[in-house]
Amino acid sequence: MRPWKRGLLRFLSFDPSSAKTASSLQTGYIEAMTTYPTGPVATAIEERLRAALSPTRLAVIDDSEKHRGHAGHDGSGESHFTVEIVSPTFEGQSRVARQRAVNTALADLLAERVHALAIKARAPSEV
Amino acid sequence: MSDEQVHEAQARIATAVHSADVLLFMKGTPLFPQCGFSSRAISILDHLGVEYATVDVLQDQGIRQGIKTYSDWPTIPQLYVKGEFVGGSDIMMEMYESGELTDLFAEKGVANAG
Repeated sequence: MRPWKRGLLRFLSFDPSSAKTASSLQTGYIEAMTTYPTGPVATAIEERLRAALSPTRLAVIDDSEKHRGHAGHDGSGESHFTVEIVSPTFEGQSRVARQRAVNTALADLLAERVHALAIKARAPSEV
Repeated sequence: MSDEQVHEAQARIATAVHSADVLLFMKGTPLFPQCGFSSRAISILDHLGVEYATVDVLQDQGIRQGIKTYSDWPTIPQLYVKGEFVGGSDIMMEMYESGELTDLFAEKGVANAG
């Protein structure tokens, strides 16, 4: 593999050490509602996922700023998101099934407002 | 699109997914991916060194829309191995990191890139 590709892959891969740091800071009731405060679309995503999947941990991260100026960035921000979600409903489900559940809960937002969504879906036993 | 066009696009998708052991529907081409998620998918396939084919959905509106219903999956890229839907770029990355993608390619007897 060409060196630049190896670098790209490393750049794009999820860094588990940062996730561990975040989870170690969560205690008690805060664990059930960890979010990074953002705009109305992020809030809507969070509400839908809470209602549909009863997550024990949820982070909705607005990545829009990283994509400023590229297709899909509509200028309002709130176009590119990452969702990290832990839900008991994912226990025993395939990766495809988990992502479908998230996509279904967010269907109208994905159709109208959200250009790109990265999903990390885990069951409590995998955390 | 008319029903006939939708049906025709579905037939072309079915043909495409069986046309190569590893097939990626993406935006752009391997050399010039037009989206970060497609770019990431290509990086993974290149890194694993398997032979693969791609379909650029930006060149074909019928496929671009039809691929979303074909596997009930709303986003692109989409990876198919021996005609079976595996997942999008998040799933590819998770399976790459855990080694499952390497195992899947071996299990399915996928050829290495020459």
